[in-house]
Amino acid sequence: MQAYDRVSIARAKGRPTALKFIGAIFEDFFELHGDRLFGDDGAIVGGVAMLGGKPVTVIGIEKGDDTLDKVARNFGCAHPEGYRKALRHLQLAEKFGRPVITLVDTSGAYCGIGAEERGEGHAIAQCITAMMGLKVPEISLIIGEGGSGGALALAASNEVWMLENAVYSVLSPEGAASIIWKDASRTREAAQSLKLTAGDLLELGVIERVFPESDGFDALYPRIQSELIETLDRYAAMDTAALLKQRYQKFRCIGGQL
Amino acid sequence: MLPKYLFRKPKITLEDAMNPNADAPSAPDKMYVSCPGCKAMLLASDLEASAYVCPRCGHHMRMNARKRIRLICDADSFSEMDADLRSDDPLHFPEYPEKVQKARKVSGDVEGVKTGIARIGGIEVALFVMNPYFMMGSMGTAVGEKITRLFEYALEHSLPVIGFTVSGGARVQEGILSLMQMAKTSGAVRRHSEAGNLYIVVLTDPTTGGVVASFAMEADIALAEPRALIGFAGPRVIEQTIRQKLPEGFQRAEFQLERGFIDAICDRRSQRDTLIQLLRLHGYGPRAGKEAAACRHTTE
Repeated sequence: MQAYDRVSIARAKGRPTALKFIGAIFEDFFELHGDRLFGDDGAIVGGVAMLGGKPVTVIGIEKGDDTLDKVARNFGCAHPEGYRKALRHLQLAEKFGRPVITLVDTSGAYCGIGAEERGEGHAIAQCITAMMGLKVPEISLIIGEGGSGGALALAASNEVWMLENAVYSVLSPEGAASIIWKDASRTREAAQSLKLTAGDLLELGVIERVFPESDGFDALYPRIQSELIETLDRYAAMDTAALLKQRYQKFRCIGGQL
Repeated sequence: MLPKYLFRKPKITLEDAMNPNADAPSAPDKMYVSCPGCKAMLLASDLEASAYVCPRCGHHMRMNARKRIRLICDADSFSEMDADLRSDDPLHFPEYPEKVQKARKVSGDVEGVKTGIARIGGIEVALFVMNPYFMMGSMGTAVGEKITRLFEYALEHSLPVIGFTVSGGARVQEGILSLMQMAKTSGAVRRHSEAGNLYIVVLTDPTTGGVVASFAMEADIALAEPRALIGFAGPRVIEQTIRQKLPEGFQRAEFQLERGFIDAICDRRSQRDTLIQLLRLHGYGPRAGKEAAACRHTTE
């Protein structure tokens, strides 16, 4: 399978979105709305839930279910208020000592007038900085599209996992083809060159784990659940300094020594 | 018969943006330079003396890192760190090595940022200056690594960091590894900050993309040059997304000041004095950084 085929699968209609994963993996999810500054961005969902009998914070980027829902959630392209809502969830998680699990699925942060007026770059930077220094364990799971800064804002975690057909990239293959070659017909080549598949990213050391999708999603949810419980137990045994050091070193070493 | 091209709109492509000679005359080998702001013909030697600010309309022209360092720092005080650090072609991206070679030739530098230790008004600082003439200051692994090392050094030696940003965003040819630089640099900025150190950023035209969504927006104090374009998404991308023309002045420094995302707009000709003032106001003096910091802590 070529890289662009995976891009198509990651974007495909009917692929389970964040809320589906939350419902299948966690118990007692209670959604908490709003950023307390501007509004409530439907592209970001977050709240508290139980996982293996322990409370956790869950944050997801939600693309939406039917057409109306997709429009309401801006197709998973978050505005600054979405990232500031996520920031609030991160702070609450730290206050109450809950681990954080994020579910990433976005083509990217929204590029629009309102988003720029309210500081999209600033909001994403705040999220990344918060995640890099949060004193509780964080695990991110890229379930569909991991689009650029808008995805990284919720993926600066101790571990980043991906589904087999998810993609994670600095820029969409369409964007890369048009920016670098000014030639939309080279999109497939760009997809290949960007190294955006789960296999590529595992090899590059950007992610820690890949979940195969061949047995279907219903078989996948319990597997993700048990892996999350097991991994979080391991991180719970670490003291805060070691936890922060592990996360810092992980990003420090990606790409190797220059 | 009229030639076909008579009514053709001029196309501004990204290639032009990366070509230093396109619209921003910086290092004028020529005698006269036309100001991109007011189109006045300016004597090249006058421009050098006015810090590449048009004496007539105040337009701030792009400036390479080396000249900026000379303008801001005490004479001969800059000692460069990691001068040879460069990224290879980690993803084996088609045509990337050629592009980098060209950028090195055009800019005379090996990478998109210069980092080092310098004195400003006698005060020791850690300094980074991005270079618009090296692939428009795009952030690849080397740029991220140099900035991270600078913050780590500044943390170790309790030095304030002064940074000048100019960037089109992440370096696409280094793919996901470029994206990861946002997390890496943010982590280093945070550690430096949590230890009580000062970080001042000066946003210059243009500062966009992954740099805005990371270390450019994480400073304690954010200054910007007049009219500098500052934003997450570039104006062309936004126009394509919303299919509308953007209002005049959108994403410019004045717009960002009004929206509350920067602290002040600072003319290039007074930046050095402003930086000295801000450093002093934070307890830094013309001594070694460590002593200054120790002094700052004891007075608290």
